[in-house]
This record gives sequence, C-alpha cells and structure tokens, in this order.
Amino acid sequence: MVKDQEFLENKASYCIDLAKKLGATDISVNVGSSISETVNFRNKKLDESNRSDNLGIEITTYIGKKKSSISSSNILKDNLNTLLEKCIETTKSTPEDEYNTLPDKHLLAKEVKDLDLFDDTHIENDKKIEYLSILEISASKDNKIINTESSFVEDKSNFILANSDGFCQGFKTSSFVASSVAVAKDAKSMERDYEYTLKCHLKDIQNAEELGKIAAEQTIRKLSPKKISSEKIAIIFDKRIAKGILSTFASAIASSVISRGTSFLKDKINEKIFSDTISVLDRPDILKGLGSKSFDSEGVKMNTLKLVDQGVLMHYLVDTYNGKKLNLESNGRCGGTSNLYFENGKITYKDLLNSHKKCLYITETIGHGSNIVTGDYSVGATGFLIEDGEFKYPINEITIAGNFKDMFKNITLANDLEFKYATNSPTMMIEGMVVAGK
Amino acid sequence: MTNFFEKSDLSRNEAETIISDTLNKCDDGELYLENSKSESIILDDNKIKNSSYNSDLGYGFRAISGEIVAYSHSNEISKNSLKQSSESLKSTLKSANGIYNSSIPKSNKRYYENINPIEQKTLNEKIQILNEVNKYLRTKESNVKQVTANFSGEQKSIEIIRSGGETLTDVRPLIRFNVSVMLEKNGRKETGVYGVGGRQSYESYLKEDNWKNVCDEALRIASVNLESKPAPAGEMKVVLGPGWPAILIHEAVGHGLEGDFNRKKTSAFHNLMGQKVANEGVTIVDDGTIDNRRGSLTIDDEGTPTEKTVLIENGILKNFMQDRLNARLMKTRSTGSGRRENFRHIVLPRMRNTMMLSGKQTQDEMIKSVDKGIFAVSFGGGQVDITSGKFVFNCTEAYEIINGKIGSPIKGATLIGDGPSILKEVSMVGNDMMLDPGIGTCGKAGQGVPVGVAQPSILIDKMTVGGTKL
Repeated sequence: MVKDQEFLENKASYCIDLAKKLGATDISVNVGSSISETVNFRNKKLDESNRSDNLGIEITTYIGKKKSSISSSNILKDNLNTLLEKCIETTKSTPEDEYNTLPDKHLLAKEVKDLDLFDDTHIENDKKIEYLSILEISASKDNKIINTESSFVEDKSNFILANSDGFCQGFKTSSFVASSVAVAKDAKSMERDYEYTLKCHLKDIQNAEELGKIAAEQTIRKLSPKKISSEKIAIIFDKRIAKGILSTFASAIASSVISRGTSFLKDKINEKIFSDTISVLDRPDILKGLGSKSFDSEGVKMNTLKLVDQGVLMHYLVDTYNGKKLNLESNGRCGGTSNLYFENGKITYKDLLNSHKKCLYITETIGHGSNIVTGDYSVGATGFLIEDGEFKYPINEITIAGNFKDMFKNITLANDLEFKYATNSPTMMIEGMVVAGK
Repeated sequence: MTNFFEKSDLSRNEAETIISDTLNKCDDGELYLENSKSESIILDDNKIKNSSYNSDLGYGFRAISGEIVAYSHSNEISKNSLKQSSESLKSTLKSANGIYNSSIPKSNKRYYENINPIEQKTLNEKIQILNEVNKYLRTKESNVKQVTANFSGEQKSIEIIRSGGETLTDVRPLIRFNVSVMLEKNGRKETGVYGVGGRQSYESYLKEDNWKNVCDEALRIASVNLESKPAPAGEMKVVLGPGWPAILIHEAVGHGLEGDFNRKKTSAFHNLMGQKVANEGVTIVDDGTIDNRRGSLTIDDEGTPTEKTVLIENGILKNFMQDRLNARLMKTRSTGSGRRENFRHIVLPRMRNTMMLSGKQTQDEMIKSVDKGIFAVSFGGGQVDITSGKFVFNCTEAYEIINGKIGSPIKGATLIGDGPSILKEVSMVGNDMMLDPGIGTCGKAGQGVPVGVAQPSILIDKMTVGGTKL
C-alpha cells in the first residue's frame, strides 16, 4: 500500500518543525510514496516482473533570501536529522538571491478538487498476464511479426506538499499503462513500432486485442521503406509527434528561459506567433485528465490558461522565483503545464491529407534537434509519402528541418483532437519545411 | 564502505538466509544494495541559483529463472520489506527449477580511488570558483549575455550479496564541471557548451588553467556559431573530428552490439557475428578499465570485473557486450557490461568507454579529399532505432568543406545514417585518437548511465545532413 496522508503529513511537519528550530525562516517539503507493479511479456511468454516501492522527500530551506535544498529516499528520522542539519549549514553558505521566496500566500490553493484521478482497483499479476497474453496473440498474428514485447504497469502514488506558511495538501493518483512493441521483418528491412494506452482508471484502458492489433499494423506498414530526395514539402505530423511540437512551445515559454533570455519567444507576449486559426489551452481540471492537478509544485492554485488566443501569445508559464524576476505573478506553472492542447482546427483529417498533391506523413522522429534559444529544429524522421490523399509507401533515413518561428506560423490543424496524453494535438500540417534525403 | 544493516532491524545473516531461500531454484540473482550521495551547485544568471544535496538508499532484489527476470526494489532496508520482495519474486517464478550459478570471476584491480569528492572541497570554495567562472567569461567577451556553470559530484557505494553469502563491493566517485555561455550579436543569439568530468576528485579540474580552458572552449563554440550559415541538406561526405564525435560509434554501432538486442534478434547485427561489418581499418572496443574515466567500472552492477572487450577487429564483428543473463542464454560469458542506473532498475548490458582505435591517415588528408561535404567537430545528443538501424546526432559545431578546404561554420544540423552500413562508408581512419572530455550519459529503457567515447578523425563517404539549404 502507498503511505497514507497522515503518515506523509507527519513526516512533513516533523521536517518543518525541526528546520525552524535549526534556524530556517521558511521551509517547503514535498514527501511522496508510490508503488508500482509491472509485468513484461516477450514473444507470448512472461519475461519480467517488477515491484517498485518508492519513498522520497525533498526539502528546501530558506534563511532570509538564502536558499538550499536536499532530497533523499531515506526518510528515517536519523537520516532526516542529519540531512536537515546539512541543509541549514549549506543554506547559510549560499549567497543571497533577492528573488528567493515561498509563493505569495494569497495564490496558494485553498482546496484539492476531486478530479477523479485515483482508482484503487488492484489488478493481480495473474490478471495482467491474462491481458498481455491476449494482446501478444493479437499482435503476432501476422507472420511478418518476428518479435513482440509488451508490458502492463499499475501505479499508485500519494504525496504531501507542505510549507511553513501553513500550506499542507496532497492527493492520490493512479495509473494503468499497457503497451505493445512489435518488430516486423521482410526481405529488405526490419522495423519496429508501438502502441500504448495510459489511463487513471483501469476500466478505461484499451482492449488488449485491439492494442496488439494496432501495434502490429503500424509496424507492418513500415516495412520496405524508401529514401526520398531532398526537397521542400508539406509535412503532416501524426498526433503522437504533433504533441511534441506543442511541448517544445511550452518549454520555450517557461518563465525560467524567458527570465534568462534564452528563448526565441522572449518578449513575444501579445504578439502573433501562430496563424489566426491557432489557440492553445492549458486546463488543469479535466476529470481523469493525465495532467490534471489542483496546484503546482509550489502549492499555487492552477486555473485554466488560454496560452495562445487566435495566434497571439497571451501568457508565459510563470513560477514564483522567475515571476518575481520578471515582475509577473505566478500562474501556478512551476513544474510546467497540466493538460496542454491545441484547440481543434476546422478541417477533417481526410481533407488535411488531400490538401496537397504530395506530402509527407511523419509517425516518428529521433534525435534532440530542438534548439529553444534560436528556434532551429532538425530531427531524423520516419513516415509515409502521401499522394492524392493516399498513403503510398513508407519512408525513412530522412531529416526534417526548419525554424519554429516560421513553422508555428504555417501550422494547419485537423479537427481530430483526443485526450490520449497529458499534452495533445490534433493531426498537424506544417508547410515550408525542408526534407533532407538522397 | 556503507554498512547497510547498521540501522536496520534486518541483520546481514537474516538477509543472507532470505536471499539463499529465494534464489534456491533460480538460475541467477542477487541482492543489490546502494547508498549514494550527490551534490549539485549551479550558477546561473549571475547568481548561485541552486545548491542541493541528495542521499539515496535502497535495495533491488533480483531472481532469474530461464529467461524470466523477477525484480523488486524498495527504499526500506528492513525485514518486512525484504520478505515482501521475496514473496513477490517467488510468486513470479513459481515454477523455477534451475541450479544457481554461483561462479563469478574475481579481480583485485581498481580503476579509481575510494574517495568522496563532495567532502574534498568546501561549498564556499566551489561557490567561489563558479563566481570566478562567471566573472572571467563576462569580462573576456562583452557580448556574453548569459552564463551557466555547475559542479556536480557523487559517491555511490554498492554491495552485491549473492546466494550463499558471497559479497562484492565497490565505491564509485563521479564528478562533472560544465559551462554554458550564450552570446548575442546583432540580435542573434547562440550558445556554446563545454564540460569535463570523470571518476576522480574535483581537484584536477579546479586548477585555474583547467577551468579557464573549459570556459574558453564554451566561448569559442558560441562565437563560431554566431557566424554560422544555414546547413546544407542532402547526402554528402562527412569528416568527423576526434574525441566526442565518437558518439556516432556509440549510437550507430554500440547499441546494436549489446547482448539483449541480439539475443532477442531485434538488432540489425544479430546474425552478423564473425562477418565483415566495417572496412578493414576499423577496430572498435568497449573498455571499462581506463583509470578515472567516466565510463570505467571496477566491477559492473552484477559484480563481474570489467574488461576491454573487442567488438569489431579490422572490420570483423568479434563480440557483443554481455551481462550475466544474456551471456547465459547466448552460451557465452559476461563481459562485465551489466549496468543499472540505480537500485530501482534491472541490469541491462550497457556500454562503458566505447572507442574506435587509431588508423594511419591524417585529418588534413581527409579534408583535402572532400569536394563538397561537412566537417563536424562537436555534437549534442544522439539517438538510434536499434531495429531499423537508423541513427541521428546533432552537430553543435560544424563547418562546410568546399574543394578540400574548410569553409564557413554551419548551423546545428542533424546527421542521419544507417548503423550497419555506416561502418562500410568509413573510408579513412585518422592517427589522432582522442578520449572525450568525460561528459556522456547514455539512455536505454529509461535508465541513464555515465559512459565515455573515443575516436580518431574519420571520413565517412556518405551521410545525410539535415540542413535547410537545398
């Protein structure tokens, strides 16, 4: 069982009291517990089981404007005493920083909303094995599939965030994840692809047979890929890749990079950075939402933010420290976004595929090719060539490149948004990017 | 050395009994105990932004039967907790009926000292140096707009207890010093990053001329990038500089030679043992035994002493990198490559210091032989798709080559290639092998472990450069 609220609260208040005694003026503590149980299958047989029991504590102590932090997975009293002494000692030696402070009291969350994020159903490993057997039989039906790996993870977590201004809140979350990875082979190539389902509630996860079938289909269709010539071409990003472009946008509007001046979106508030048709929302209160939460990692209440309204950048993601530096109030985004998404576009997925005689459909990118200082983007990519709206043949060993400043303005979105991840995008088309191939 | 049972209600004897009882009919397994202490001090935006300290304690209990691995880990080293883990392992391996393999090779060699780098310098000394770094860079160049510098240090103590009570221990220091500088000129911003590190004390990096070299290098890279032009797009010749660009070898070839992917036949190399996979001049080794290197280990995380493993010799595929599980299933021996990020993770076969050895040509000869291509000197991260063999890495310093001469610097572009075929495209191997500065972290299955790479300059006849200029 994960540790209950009372156990975690006791640990947190013990630390706050002791830190005060040792000379801290302000303290914040995050203590968490999680247990996860995983079963992995390979080629229709049990491959691995993993039980993971985690405890962790993070403490930040302030003496005036001096600050230091410690973290540990050992929360025995003896160790906490030693660590707190060390933390206070370090705080004393760390230079002052005028922006160091706990969040403004009036911004702290007053309550934890019930967002239906916890399902206490426990699924025994035998049941997980049953699910994975069905999944793998389904995934390996086609004889082009030469290897299957799948896994089922059940996770339960609980935490308490407390500070010396009296904030003390936390909540339980659960997640159930099933994933399927397939390898297919033909005379010319060997390819891999995957599909997964991740939900807070067990009953919401995808059917095992369906999941295996999708993973296998997505893998088989990648066989015998071709390399195309270098050219400028419209690119369609599958939803699972499009969401990454939205994540890059989010990291470029984090107040930490704005205050340091290391983002290509610095000083762009109230400016048009996307085309008119694009709006971006960050909504923390979606029931069962994978990114849902009532407050951020400092305890600041989170409200829905329309980050981009008809192409115009409305907000940065502001935490307390960088907010003070930028003279902005925290909007509860310490630790990033919650449920972040592009609003639906106006055209259907089919119309998007048909919008050009010829375009590329990207299903996977590799490499760390996003530079948020300059906005330059260059990654390896895998996908399909589309002609007259039809998938013609698979493509690999190409790169796609551009600069986000231009790419953002050339985005067209389909109207097929779904909430499958914490960050979601409809299928996305970007015109004007360069493909490097032969 | 940490006494893991000192403050526990579980005695060493009781633990040994539970271990032997749990692993009784298993083929292999062990209790892995770990205590690590780490610190990080960051200077950013003219201030000490963060000073933090972490202490991590826990165990991972593993039992293996046939191909099945059962694992359970916890932070609580207690009787209850270990018994619960034991139950979890037993329930997965109900039908285990093997004979425990108790043999494990021994060695007295050590590749780093038993030190705790964190305790060797006071916090004030480290803060003072970071402030000097900031001042030095901002004084040296007027268009410096941002400086980030950080120290991180770690000491990790591990103990492995095998069935029957055999015990193996290691204490591993690791440090890192990193500088990132952003320049701005005519509204254009570019960054340069450089770092050093290894399994040793801070001392060797804190001497004035040493930290200044790190600063100068970061500044030089940023200055070069300020003048960079859009990179070309398409297939062309690529000359790689010596040292850190060997992450190409790591991504393109190294991962594909890890035992697990080959046992599972998901690596593009799985059926190529003994065959020619590279040009004659290419020899690649994975070496865990170089003193004080980031990727070096006295013993791996299963207790096997590390070694210098020849992977490819004069173009012929000789060995895969193995942990005990994959070695047993592939009927070979462990190469001391079994690693894990920490006690929360299972062991996987991983790289240590992966090196392409020197050949005969000079870098100058390579550049002169290229009509149109690029010269790549430094890289950010890389990634590989093991199955298709396709890999990428991102240039952080590169130049165009025109008619045998190095031309303008070009913007960060991704290079993409095919692992199994790239080695056949290596047509010249330089005589200038260099180790990287000690900064690599390799990710696999969600686990990051410190690694090293090394290579001489090499000429690759054909690679796709992912620029924007057609």
